[in-house]
Parts: sequence; structure tokens; C-alpha cells
Amino acid sequence: MEMSGEYRIEASRQTVWDALNDPEILKQSIPGCEEIERLSDTELAAKVVAKVGPVKAKFAGQVTLSDLDPPNSYRISGEGKGGAAGFAKGGANVSLKSDGEATILSYEVDATVGGKLAQLGARLIDGTAKKMAGDFFKNFAEVVTESKDLNSTENLNDADTNKVNHDINASKRPKIGVGSWIIGLIVAAAVILAIIVY
Amino acid sequence: MTETNIGAPIKRVEDKRFLTGRGRYTDDLNQPNQLYACILRSPHAHANLKKVDVSQAKAAPGVIDIFTGSDMAADEVGSLPCGWQIHSKDGSPMHEPGHPPMAVTKVRHVGDQVAIVIAETKSQARDALDIIEVDYEVLPAAINMDEALSGKALVHDDVPNNMCFDWEIGDKEATENSFSDAHKVVSIELVNNRLIPNAMEPRAAVAQYDPSNGNYTLHTTTQNPHVIRLLMGAFVLQIPEHKLRIISHDVGGGFGSKIFHYAEEAILTWASAKVSQPIKWTAERSESFVTDAHGRDHETKAELALDKDGKFLGLRVSTKANIGAYLSTFGSSVPTYLYGTLLAGVYKTPAIYCEVKTVFTNTVPVDAYRGAGRPECTYLLERLVNKAAKETGIDPVEIRRINMIQPDQFPYQTPVALQYDVGDYPRAFETALKASDYEGFSSRRKSSEDNGKKRGIGISTYIEACGIAPSAVAGALGARAGLYESAQVRVHPTGSVTLYTGTHNHGQGHETTFAQIVSDTLGVSIDQVEVSHGDTGEVQFGMGTYGSRSLAVGGPAVLKACNKIIEKSKKIAAHILEASVDDIDFKDGVYSISGTDRELAFGEVSLAAYVPHNYPIEELEPGLDENAFYDPLNFSFPAGCHICEVEIDPETGEVEITDFTAVDDIGRVINPMIVEGQVQGGLAQGIGQALMEGCVYDNEGQLLTGSYMDYTMPRADNLPNLNVSTESVLGASNPLEVKGVGEVGSIGAPPAVINAILDALSSLGVEDISMPASPSKVWQAIHNAQ
Repeated sequence: MEMSGEYRIEASRQTVWDALNDPEILKQSIPGCEEIERLSDTELAAKVVAKVGPVKAKFAGQVTLSDLDPPNSYRISGEGKGGAAGFAKGGANVSLKSDGEATILSYEVDATVGGKLAQLGARLIDGTAKKMAGDFFKNFAEVVTESKDLNSTENLNDADTNKVNHDINASKRPKIGVGSWIIGLIVAAAVILAIIVY
Repeated sequence: MTETNIGAPIKRVEDKRFLTGRGRYTDDLNQPNQLYACILRSPHAHANLKKVDVSQAKAAPGVIDIFTGSDMAADEVGSLPCGWQIHSKDGSPMHEPGHPPMAVTKVRHVGDQVAIVIAETKSQARDALDIIEVDYEVLPAAINMDEALSGKALVHDDVPNNMCFDWEIGDKEATENSFSDAHKVVSIELVNNRLIPNAMEPRAAVAQYDPSNGNYTLHTTTQNPHVIRLLMGAFVLQIPEHKLRIISHDVGGGFGSKIFHYAEEAILTWASAKVSQPIKWTAERSESFVTDAHGRDHETKAELALDKDGKFLGLRVSTKANIGAYLSTFGSSVPTYLYGTLLAGVYKTPAIYCEVKTVFTNTVPVDAYRGAGRPECTYLLERLVNKAAKETGIDPVEIRRINMIQPDQFPYQTPVALQYDVGDYPRAFETALKASDYEGFSSRRKSSEDNGKKRGIGISTYIEACGIAPSAVAGALGARAGLYESAQVRVHPTGSVTLYTGTHNHGQGHETTFAQIVSDTLGVSIDQVEVSHGDTGEVQFGMGTYGSRSLAVGGPAVLKACNKIIEKSKKIAAHILEASVDDIDFKDGVYSISGTDRELAFGEVSLAAYVPHNYPIEELEPGLDENAFYDPLNFSFPAGCHICEVEIDPETGEVEITDFTAVDDIGRVINPMIVEGQVQGGLAQGIGQALMEGCVYDNEGQLLTGSYMDYTMPRADNLPNLNVSTESVLGASNPLEVKGVGEVGSIGAPPAVINAILDALSSLGVEDISMPASPSKVWQAIHNAQ
């Protein structure tokens, strides 16, 4: 499958970064995430329970970041193994733009699935991936704002366009400054994880 | 007793247990101390198995043991064999790469076996699958046939260009000459769509090993238990026949897909000795999709040469046949001797040449599926004949009349090896035209047009060779087994009878049909006859049920055994009646001295055989129990004509079959009710292939049509009332004069449906459509033509 999307995050980089840099918050944001671990600056590992149509399985996913060009772009690729349920693998090219106080993150994802996932879930994958990406941002925004000052709208477009647009308005809580690329990096990593483990 | 004799439409005796939930299916069976197995299957179409780590899974709750391909290899377990050897044009034997029951170094299709988990419960076994760690090194996959033939990715390292064999039949030179003399050459390219068989009951097995005597028992969902015993015992596990019992009681549909010796049978049997406890495995439906052998999957180019009067001069066929990742039991015979030998059809084409390249791909093995080769052949021929009609301007009915083999031409020697023994093709053809009111079609078309619909009518004629097979002929063609059938008729002391047949009943109604033969021949009431099948421990031997062979090959064996009973019992009767055996008449279960009223009942004679107080003991052994083996003289050749009428909504592309007429020549009919059911079922499958069913793999070898969400099976509401009748010429290849009926529907129907659709859409400029002609495909064809 292929999927692309754009997110505008109405939050200071520091706030988002602070939240995203916390594995516990990330774990709360990724739907079905049971474990997440940062292996190195460019590697993440996660265990996620996901359900695609009739297939429910625990996936062990690994994500590697490459072609790092802070703060502009990078590529993220990964593979999730779901045991008897099959596998998912894919990659995303992610780029970031500053837009005033906000950050615009865009991505293009390509992913393939195999085994029972493809056999039973092929027709459900697009929808599931979108839903997981949507859930991620919703959860993430809630966690970041601690359920206050949250104004999250989700616009999941119709299936034809394969486009997902999200606006997330997180509260502004200045924290330590980090380059905006790292925000996008972690957000995209989460999205990729969400996609490859669905 | 005539109401149950041969020819009587009696209800099936076996249906009582099926309809009341008392069938004995494999999954119904539970043994003391039984364990459950689940099988880890490859999610990749092609990959090296770098590591299979079962250590963590072995420690999971309830897990008894886990085995992999390496464990089987260490025990020197053999390769799953192929039952038919084909030679290429150049005389070289086909490539037969190894087919280990579980992958050892490489997985070759999605669904290939990687490991078996044996646990106390099914859920525990399934849970443990998830924690087996497999390190796959993914390799490029060969999925479509052209790509595979380029040899870029090799399914088996030792098979160049993935070509299993390159076979030919017919006279190439004579055929080339016929084309140079031709007034007109019509060509066609088509695909016979790959099908996934969907028996209602998924495959299952229960294996058991008795360490006290070394005996193995395998209950399995097979169409031919003795064949499984032979193949698995002799080639895979090295277990001699007397130590291996295969039982296949009730089986919920086979359609060919349960002929083959499957890996799971060998894995379970082997593992049952490892754990010394019975093990049960039952396929989930999604496993069936990726492990039951698929059917069809041909790509063909063909040309027909005609003279100026529309007479066929020659036929040239070039086919690529997908055989999947491994050679299945009969995978090699289906696209060759069950396909190329039928290319004459019912026509007098004097020169025919056919070549078939069979191709390994990283997909599920392809093998026989109801019709097996003959639907592929018939679809090609009848599409081509219709195209010839269109291009020559001769009516599709007329062009068939011109070219049809006439009743006075039998025996008819075809240019592709077979000799048709008897038949009357014009009779079935003309009957079908009348039964379908072919003449009145134009007015029906007009009323459809008035309603904004497109109406079409399509004809297909067919011939098939079934009743496989004369062993000597099959052997000369490469079969590695005899194809006779056996029967044992055991008359009990009080005159009731148990018939043991080597054929297998999995929906065909043998328990009724064969009982009718016994009842009719021995004159015993049908409720005094029990038919036993499916247990190598009870039935002496058998080659099983496939290729519409049960009645044509198994039936005469029953008749022969009954005749042996009559012959012996007449001697007993003669002794008791103090007459010469030549003077004893036997009719309707009564022995009498010709021209007198002195007689004995069947039960009196059978009792004498078992209580031989007054008995010709010097000449005859006591008992009344006879065995017979029957090997047929020839194939039998059912033939017929199917006519389909469709109405298409051009706005939606939806095809409605308004009428379907099938007139089949199947030889003598034992039970017309069962025959009608068989034809209806076959037609439903043929219509399914034409309109709904189609297996799709993506480029990586992932099965996209892997569930009923994506693979459409025909349902009752997709079918019209089927107008089914028989127009039989008695068979000449066997003493019962039967031919076979199991496959005629799925053979004749697909081209009739597609020809009807093309007829309906011809005014819109549509010239071709591929199966399955789904609404979206029909709609697209209409729009592409405009």
C-alpha cells in the first residue's frame, strides 16, 4: 500500500519534543503499544498488539532512521514480525517545514504485508493504517496537553485520496529546545510503527 | 424390487446421516490422550530458511514438542512423490525437484510448512506458533509464468528457467501443412483462470502410533486412502502396508483437491510416533486457501485452420501451465494427458498439434480440480469455434454441425491419441437446441432490448475422457500406478450383503448407486446391502475416486464380484436341489431348476454356504465372499451440449443467467436423481469459474484472494433453474455400459457462459472477455469498446 499525509502541529517544538522524547508517552500514544525502546540514536524497537480485520497479533517492530538531513528530511524504514500472522515492512520519506510557531510534517509511506495479514487483511490495510495514524495523533495530543487546552480535529479523508490531514493543537509549554527535525522524526517513527504493525 | 433397481431414482441412503449430523468426519474423531497440532506456515513466497528457533516456543504452556523440516530430514523422511512422469519433446524426463513435507532450506510459497507445534490443546498449539522465531532471507519470487520462464528467480535451483517439462502431442508437420492449405486462420489467446477449491470440509488428519506393535493409523480427508497408504508408506515414511492403516470415512467434498498426498498427512503420521500419542490437525479455512492444491491456471494461444466451407483443417495449440511451487501428486498429468488428448473435442479436425510448457512458480501447487484438464481444453476449443463462426460469418450452430463427428464414424481415432468408442454428438446437440428453444432466442433478445438489457446465447459442446483408466494405457503414458478398481462382495449367512469398494464416497452417492447394482444383480432388497469404503483395514485395495472413475471402473468390479457370487451360489443351489448346475436359473434372488417349480431363495443358499451340512464340500469351499478387480478396456467418453442464455445490464455489467440447458450423454444411468444432482453441482462450479471465481496473487506472491471476502463462490441465488437431461448412448468400455457424470458440468459450462456474454455484448463491439466475467469486468469491457 501507499499512503501520504501532512500534519500541522500547533505546538512549540519543545513541548512536543518533551512529550515525544518520553518513551512512556510514546507508548501511550501508539495504539496497542506494549513496549517501546530506543536502541540508539537511529533505532527504535517496539512491541505492538494490532488487529486488522480478523487478524489480531503481537508485532515486534524495528525502525531504522537513515538519510538524516536535520532539520529537513530523512527516511525511516522498518519491519514488523507478527509470528504466524505474517509480517509488515515498509518505509517513509519524511520532510519538515516550519510554519511560524507550528511545524508541518509530511510523509510518504510505502508498505507491504505478507502471510495471513495479506491473505485476510489486504483490503482492510489502507483503512486500518489510516485509523492507526489517526489514533496515534489523537492519543498523542491528549497526552501532551494532559487533556486540557486540547483542540484536536481529525479529518480522515475518504479512502480514494489516501490522504490524511491532521491538525493538532497542543498547549504551549516551553521546554528545552530541540531541532524540529527530531519532533518529526519521532512522530514519523511512531506513524511508521503504527503502519508497519497494523 | 424394481423400484430400487438400476435406473431407479431413489433417494440417497447416506443422506440420512449427513442431514442428521451423524456423519463421521475426521475432525469429529477424538482419541484418548489426543494432542493437537498447528502448523507454522511461511508468510513469504520465496525465502531461505536461515534459522528456525523453537526453543522459547517449546517452553510455552501445554506444548509437548515442536518439529521442523530439519528434524524430518534427520530421520531421512522422503520427498512427497508425483504419480505421473511426463517426458519433454526431446525425450528427457520431467524435472522432479524434492518436495519435503516441511521446508528444510527454503520456503517456496506462502503457506509452505515450516514447523509443527504439538500441544495439549489447540489454542496452546496456536499460541506457541507466535513465538517460534524464524529468520527468513527473502528471495525474489517467480509468480507469473512469463517471469518464471525468464529464470530470473528460480523456484528450485536445479530447474533451469523453472520449466518442469516441455511436452507435445500430435503431428506437428501434418498440422503445419494444414495451415498452409487453409482458406482462413482464426486465432485466439486466452487464460483459464486459476481456481481455489473450496470443499465444505477443510482438510484434517488424526494420526496415531501404537508403540506396542509399531502400527500406524491415519484418519485423513482423502479421496483415495489406499493411494495415500502407498505413496506415504512406500515413498515418504518407509512404513510397510501392513503397519499402516489409512481411514477416510465421511469426507465433506473433494472435487479433486483431496486426491493428493499432502504434507500434513506425512508430518502428523511421523510426529505421532515421536510423541507416542494421537495427534489431530484440522485446517483453518485460511490454511485451506494456501495449501489445498489449486486448479486450472493456463495461458494459451491457439489457431484453427479452416477451408472455404468452414471445415476445420488443423488446430495448433501452445499452452503454458502453472504447476505451482512443487509437483503435486497428479500435477503433471492434468495439463498433458487430460488436456492435450481431448483437443479434437467432438469435431473431425484431421490435424492437431499441441505443446505445453509447465512452469514452477512460487505459488501453491496446481493439480486436478473437477474436470482437470478437460475444462481447460473445452474452454479453449469452444471459444475458438465461436470465434471462427464469427470471423467466417457461419452461424455458431452451423459451424458445429459441419464439423461434428457423425454417429457412423465410431470408433473414431482422433489425431491426439484417443479413440472414441461410441457416441452420437449430433443427437445431444440437436436435443439441446430444442430444449433451450434456440430458435426462439431472437424474440427473447428483443424483449430484453426493449428493457434496456443485452441478451446473449452461448453454446458449448464437449467431450471428456473419464473412467481413468486402462492401466496399460496409463502406464504407457507415464502413470506410476495401475488404475483398475476392486470390489469385494461379502454375502452374510442370512443373505444380507456388505460391499467393500476401493472407490471413495465423498458426496457422489456410491452407497446408494453401488447398492442398486448389488441389489439388482443379486436380487436382494437394497436395505440388505451395506456399502463400506474408505478404510484400508477393511477394503482389500482401491485406487479411489477421481476423474469420474468410480462407476465406470469401480462399478464393473462390483458387477464382476456379484457374478462370481452367482456362479458359486448356483453350484451350491444345484447340489441342494440335486440338479445339474447348467439347469439352475438365477433371477431376482431365486434359484430354480429350469422348467420346474423347484426353487431356493438367496438366503437359503447363503446359509448353506456358511452352515455346510448339505454342501458339495469336495468341490467348493464354504462361505460366500468374492473379490474382483476390474481394469477398463478404454476410457469412457461422456459428451454433450450446454447452452447458456444471459441477460446483461449494461449500466452495471451484471450478468444474469436466465436459462441453462445441459444435455449430457453419460451412458447408462444407474440413479437419475443422483445424476441430476451431479450435473447441477458441476454446472454450479463451471458457472462459478465463468462468473465469479478467480485466484489472484500479487507480484510478491501474496495471495490476495485468500478468504471469502475476496474469493467469490457461487451461491444458490447466482444460479437459474438448470434444465438438465440426458441423451445417452450406452457406454462400450465396460459391462455396466456407464460413462461417468461427475465432471461434465464443470467442463461444459464455462465456455457456454462466456460465449453467451460475448454474444450479448457483440453489438456493443466487445470481442473478448476473460473469466471470471465479474460485473466490473463486463462493465469495463463495454466501456472500453465504446
